[in-house]
Amino acid sequence: MFDNLPRIVSVLLEGLPETVIATVGGIALTIALSFGGGLALLSGTRAVRLLARVYVEAFRGTSEVVQLFWIYFVLPVLIGFQLVPLWAGVLVLGLNHGAYGAEIVRGAVQSVPKAQYEGAIALSLSPAQRMRRVILPQAVVEMLPPFNNLFIQLLKSTAILSFITVPEVTRQGVQVLVPNFGSDIVLIFVVMLLIYLVLAVLITAVMRLLERLAATKVGRRPSSVARERVDDLGGVAAGGGGAS
Amino acid sequence: MPPSSSTTTAEPMIVFDGVVKQFGDNVVLSELDFTVAPGEHVTLIGPSGSGKTTILRLLMTLEKVNRGTIHVGGKCLSHMDKGGKRVPADDKYCREVRKRIGMVFQQFNLFPNMTVRGNLIEAPCRVLGLSKEEANARAEELLELVGLSGKIDEHPTRLSGGQQQRVAIARALAMRPDVLLLDEVTSALDPELVAGVLALLRDIGETTDITILCVTHEMGFARDFSHRVMMFDRGKVVEDAPPSELFTQPREQRTRDFLRAVLDRH
Repeated sequence: MFDNLPRIVSVLLEGLPETVIATVGGIALTIALSFGGGLALLSGTRAVRLLARVYVEAFRGTSEVVQLFWIYFVLPVLIGFQLVPLWAGVLVLGLNHGAYGAEIVRGAVQSVPKAQYEGAIALSLSPAQRMRRVILPQAVVEMLPPFNNLFIQLLKSTAILSFITVPEVTRQGVQVLVPNFGSDIVLIFVVMLLIYLVLAVLITAVMRLLERLAATKVGRRPSSVARERVDDLGGVAAGGGGAS
Repeated sequence: MPPSSSTTTAEPMIVFDGVVKQFGDNVVLSELDFTVAPGEHVTLIGPSGSGKTTILRLLMTLEKVNRGTIHVGGKCLSHMDKGGKRVPADDKYCREVRKRIGMVFQQFNLFPNMTVRGNLIEAPCRVLGLSKEEANARAEELLELVGLSGKIDEHPTRLSGGQQQRVAIARALAMRPDVLLLDEVTSALDPELVAGVLALLRDIGETTDITILCVTHEMGFARDFSHRVMMFDRGKVVEDAPPSELFTQPREQRTRDFLRAVLDRH
């Protein structure tokens, strides 16, 4: 039953670079759009708020797969320009998850106590300085856990790139392996799931580390449970919660 | 008893002129007029909800007046001159006026994402344009004044309430303000930490010529720190007198009632 395992694993792993590039690219674009969109949602200018709201609702409220087809199949008809499949995928993943992320950023910024704004105003800091130096560093601590969720969802969404011919892990399985090793269909899909699981655990490990660093930065010790878990994942020097 | 400041010669540092402030239908300050001379220490007392803290928040431009004007150092807080016309103050103008005013809050409002040093040098560097070295020297000097020299690289969250409030006082002083607003600065502290913070404020009052406006429930402190005490009730000044008069022979029944209630508590 496991005779074909090495072949199956190696064919699936051929799709790994595409999956990883789509994930990392999608996350990078998501972060940029989340902060841009989230801060725009809080803008003092009505038109900016409205524009950000339209973006969030449009991309959060429509199907990701349909968005992908729009960018890959419909846009070329309209503007006569065909994006490379992988970059079309990164664009859709970023636009879609950035819409969710914008709400995460907005909520986290709003959760910073009003007293912090007032402390910053009393020191004559400009609105940009208040946001960048005082509010955002505190808000980031609140953003990290929901962003962890979002990034894992983004990773799993990369599977839809198989619809537009990107040879990522799912497409390798469905298009290459299933026709040739049909009798091993259970094994193929178990390995496929495991690949996504490992990637998801990696994302979580990185995010936990960032959570811990951010909590230390604002003088909050992470709970002992969180600390143990990060230490279990290895690679974190015992900093004692940053008591300096 | 501090020497009474001369109110006759100098331009007043703070002028309230017909100030009205309301939140919805609730009139917090009604037609308030008063002046504070440079270097004067004025304490605002009165029952909660009488508008004392609102006065400090208006001065810090954390709130806007509904009617009337406030001038600090000759500059209007709510309006500015633009091509000879009086227009609502923009953000840049507000920041310029605010530089002369410092505030210490009941809950300290230190920035937890910075160390004590970061809290002290952030605004001097970014707002006043001091170099890192200058700002650091100033921070060290002020921490020594407030008795926290060893804590410069601590996180504020690891300090006691009294220590945090000392840092907050040092942070306000690092901007070298002309006017310092103290908003119930000992109300959130454990009783045994109050005396130390008040002693520090007395020291600052004696060694600097900063104009200080103070809201407090510490009547002993109000008595020996202030040049003048203003008793508020329902957004109006009930009585305005030197502490020697107001605490020993209050003219108004309302003041007598309030003082009896406050002093009984102790």
